[in-house]
Amino acid sequence: MTPAWVVRRIGFCTLIGVVLAFFAVPMLWLASAPFDADPGLGLRWPDWTLANVATTLRHPHALTSLVNSLVLCVVATVVTTVFAALAAYSLSRVRIPGRDALLYLLLLLSSVVTGTAAMVPIFVMVLQLGLIDSRFGTALVIAGGMLPAAIFILKDFVDSVPRSYEESARVFGASPRQVLGHVVLPVARPGVATILVWSFVNAWGNFLLPFLLLRDVGKQPAAVLLRTLQDEGGSANLSVIPVFSLLYSIPVVVLYLFVSTRYGFRFHGGIKS
Amino acid sequence: MAGIEIAGLSTVYPNGVRAVDDLDLGVVDGELFALLGPSGCGKTTLLRTIAGLEPATDGKVLIGGRDVTREQPGARGVSMVFQDYALFPHMTVAENIAYPLRVRRAPRAEQRLVAERTAEGLSLSGLLDRRPGQLSGGQQQRTALARAVALETDVLLLDEPLSNLDARLRLEARTFLKRLQRELALTTVFVTHDQAEALALADRVAVMESGRVRQLGTPREVFQRPADTFVANFIGSTPMNLVDGTVRGDRVEVAGTLLPSPLDLPDGTPVVVGVRPEYLVVAEHGFAGRVSTVENLGVTSLVTLECADGTLVGLVVPEQEEPAVGAELRATPTPGRSLFYGEDGLLLATA
Amino acid sequence: MPSVDAPARRWGSAGARDVAGLGVARAIGFVAPALLLIGVFLVFPALWTLYIGITDYQLTGPSAAAPSVVGLDNFAAALDDALFANSVWLTALFVLGSAVVGQNVLGFSLAWLLSRVRPWLRRTTEGLVLLAWILPGPVVAYLWFAVLSRDGGTLGLLLGDPTTAWLVRYPMASLIVFNVWRGTAFSLLLYTSALAAVPPSQVETARLAGASGWQTVRDVVFPHVRGHVLTNTLLISLWTANDFTPFLLTAGGPNHESEVLPVLIYRQALESGRLGYASAVSLLLLVGNLLVALVYLRLLRRRS
Repeated sequence: MTPAWVVRRIGFCTLIGVVLAFFAVPMLWLASAPFDADPGLGLRWPDWTLANVATTLRHPHALTSLVNSLVLCVVATVVTTVFAALAAYSLSRVRIPGRDALLYLLLLLSSVVTGTAAMVPIFVMVLQLGLIDSRFGTALVIAGGMLPAAIFILKDFVDSVPRSYEESARVFGASPRQVLGHVVLPVARPGVATILVWSFVNAWGNFLLPFLLLRDVGKQPAAVLLRTLQDEGGSANLSVIPVFSLLYSIPVVVLYLFVSTRYGFRFHGGIKS
Repeated sequence: MAGIEIAGLSTVYPNGVRAVDDLDLGVVDGELFALLGPSGCGKTTLLRTIAGLEPATDGKVLIGGRDVTREQPGARGVSMVFQDYALFPHMTVAENIAYPLRVRRAPRAEQRLVAERTAEGLSLSGLLDRRPGQLSGGQQQRTALARAVALETDVLLLDEPLSNLDARLRLEARTFLKRLQRELALTTVFVTHDQAEALALADRVAVMESGRVRQLGTPREVFQRPADTFVANFIGSTPMNLVDGTVRGDRVEVAGTLLPSPLDLPDGTPVVVGVRPEYLVVAEHGFAGRVSTVENLGVTSLVTLECADGTLVGLVVPEQEEPAVGAELRATPTPGRSLFYGEDGLLLATA
Repeated sequence: MPSVDAPARRWGSAGARDVAGLGVARAIGFVAPALLLIGVFLVFPALWTLYIGITDYQLTGPSAAAPSVVGLDNFAAALDDALFANSVWLTALFVLGSAVVGQNVLGFSLAWLLSRVRPWLRRTTEGLVLLAWILPGPVVAYLWFAVLSRDGGTLGLLLGDPTTAWLVRYPMASLIVFNVWRGTAFSLLLYTSALAAVPPSQVETARLAGASGWQTVRDVVFPHVRGHVLTNTLLISLWTANDFTPFLLTAGGPNHESEVLPVLIYRQALESGRLGYASAVSLLLLVGNLLVALVYLRLLRRRS
C-alpha cells in the first residue's frame, strides 16, 4: 500500500467516476423530467407527478406518431429480415456465378451509399413517383438501405452453421425446404433474432428518410414528431416532450435488453470486428 | 445390404486438382472397409462421392448393382456419420435418431418406437430426451450412429468416426464399432488417417495417395507385404526401416552388410531394402552398428543402431533384452520379412 | 479435434458448391428480392445522383418542370463556393475531433480500463455507454440540447453559468462532444473484443519481464490491435462524415458555423431548392465515401 499505489487508485477511481458521470448525466433527464410537475431543461430532483403523461397522451399526434413508427419499423424489419435471410442463405451455400463480386459490391454499397449521400435522388424519385407521404414506400426505402449490411451479418451467421448438418439431412433424404426449415433456421435463430432487432432499432431511430418523405404530421413517426414538437416552441411542450421521448425510447431499450440477455451482445454495431 | 462397385471414378475440382483419379474399387456386401491415407489423398472425397455429396466428374458408382452416380444423396440408400457427428443441437436425442423417418413423414408413434429400439441397441436408453449438448463424446458418437442405422439402409459411411474422441475412449469405441458392424452385417466404409485404427477395424483396407489406391488388401497383407515404399512408410506404428542398397549377385549390400536376396538383377542395381523394426532380431550376422538411442515402448523397446556408414536402423527388442547405449549389436531380419523395392518404389520380392 | 483432412476448408469448389442442394436457379431466386430492393433504393439513386448533378434541377420554378443539362457547372460552382469549402472544413474537423480522436481514444481507453475492474463496474459502465448509442438519435439530440441550453441547461447549472448558449457560442465543440458521447460504444465494443484476443500469455510474459502498464500496451497489446485501430477509424469516420444528426442540434447554425456536409446538402436541396447543385455535392460525398470504403476493404482483406 505505497503512496504511489494509493494515488494511482484514487486517480483511477476518479477517472471512472468522471466517465460514468459524463455518460449518465444527460440521460438522467429522461428519468426525471417526464415526472416533474415543473419540468425544465436542466436536471433537477423532480416534483413527482404523472400529469405530464396524461397531457402527452392527449396530444393529438403523440400516440399516432408512435403507431406510425411501429408501422414503419415492422414493415421495414420484416422485409429486411426475410429478404436478407433468403439471400444470405443462398449466398452462403451456393456458388452462384459472380458471387464474390456481388458480396464485395454489397459491402461497398452498405457503407458508401448512405441516407445522406442519396437523400437528393431518393427525394426526387419518391416525389416523382407520387409516393411522398406513403408510409409503406418509406418503409421500403429504409429496408433497401439496411439490406446490404443485413445480408452480410446474416451470411456470417449462416456460414457458421456447420455444413455437415445440412449434408447429413440431405443424406437422410431431406428436401431443400426440409433442410432449411428443420436444420438451418433453428440453428441460425440467434442470427435471425439479431437482424430483427438490429433492423428494428435502426428503423426506429431513422430520422432523415421519414423527415424527407413524410410531410403530413399525421403520418410522421416519432423520430420526426420530436423535432416538430421542438420547432413548435412554447413552454407547453416541456410537459409533452420528456414523456414522449421516454415513450419513444422504451421499446428500443427493452429490445436491446432482451436480445443481450437472451443471446449475448453479438453484434458490434452490425459489423464484425 | 449391398456391395459397392466403383469404376473409373474421377473427381476433379474446378481448379484442376484431381482429388480422385480414375479409381476402381469394390466393397463386398457386409464387409467393414477402410479408406486409409494421409491428408489430401482423396479418401474423404471418395467417401462423399459415394454418398452423393460430391459430383463425380467421370466414372460410375454402383450400390447393390444399381448405378447411383447421378442420384441425389437421399435416394442412394446410404447413411452417413460425419466427423463432427452433425447432431442437430435443437432436437433431442430421440428426435435426432428418428430424423430420417421424419423426413419420410413417418407417423410420430413409429418415429418414437424406432428411436427407442435403436437407442436401446446402442446403450442410449436413458438419454432419449436430452439435447446433444448434454451428452458426453462417446454418447454423441453413438447417437450419430443410431441415427445412421435407424433407417436400415444398405450402406453405412463413416467419416473419421473416432478422431473426435479422446485416446482412451477411442480404443473402446473401436471395439464397439467392430462388434456393432458385425451384428448388423451392414456394408460399412470408413475413412481414417490413423493406420492402427484401419488395421484393427477393417476387413480390408485401401491405402490411398493423391487420389489413387496404392494398395488394396487385408490388414495383414498390407502390413506384411506393402506394395510400395509409400505404403511401407505409412503403415506400422514404428517407422519402417527403408535402406538403400546395391545388388551383389545373390545378395544385397546394404548399410555395410550383406543380406541374402532372392532378386535376379544385374550387379550394381540400386534397390531399397525394407524391414520392420518388429521383424529384426539380435543375432550374430546382419546389420551391424552401435546403439545410439533406446526408447521405452512399454513391453518392448525401440533401439536405434547407428551403422558404420551412418545409416540408422531401428529394431524392437523385448523389455528384458534392452541393451545399453553405446553397445555394439548385430540384427538380422526374420525369414520371410525382408522386402525389396525397386528404384520406382514398387515391391520386387520378399525374403 | 479437427481432422487433418479438414473438409470444410478444402472444398472451396466442387463439394461445397451447393451444400444445401438448392440448385443455382432457386438460389438466384432467393437472392432476387433483396437485389431488387437494393437496386431500386441504393444503386439507382447513387447513379441518378450523377445525372441530377449535371442538370439545373430546382425544387420550384421553371427549372423544376423542365430541367436542362448544364454539364459540370454545378461541380465548378461547388468548388468555387465558400459555403462548400466551409462545409468540407467543418466536416473534416467534426470527423477528426469526434471520431478519429474522440471515439477512438475514449473507446480504447475505456476498453483497457474496464478490462481490469470488477465485473459489476464493467457491466454498469458498458451498459451506460451502450445506452447512449441505443437511444434513438432524435432523443439523444434533444437530451444534449437540454444539457447545452441557456437558461437552465444542465451544463450551465453545473458550471454556475446560466447565460451561455453553448450551442450558439461553441457549436462545433458541442457537436464534437455530442458525437463522442453518442458513438463511443462501437469503438468500446470493438476494442474490448480486440483486447480479449490478445493472448494472455504474451501479456504475462511482458509483466514477468518487468514491463509497466504503458510498456505492455505499447509492446504487446498495440501490435495485436493495430490493424483494428485503422479499420475502426475508417469506419467511424465514414459514419460520422455522413451523420445527419448535427442538423437536429444546430441545423447548421448559427450562420453556417456548424454546417457539416450532410446539413449543407439538405439545406441546399430542400431549403434553397437547388436540387442539381445539392446533387453535385452529394456526388462528391459519395466519391469520398467510396475512397474511404475501398481503403477500408483493402485493409480488411490484407488482415485476413
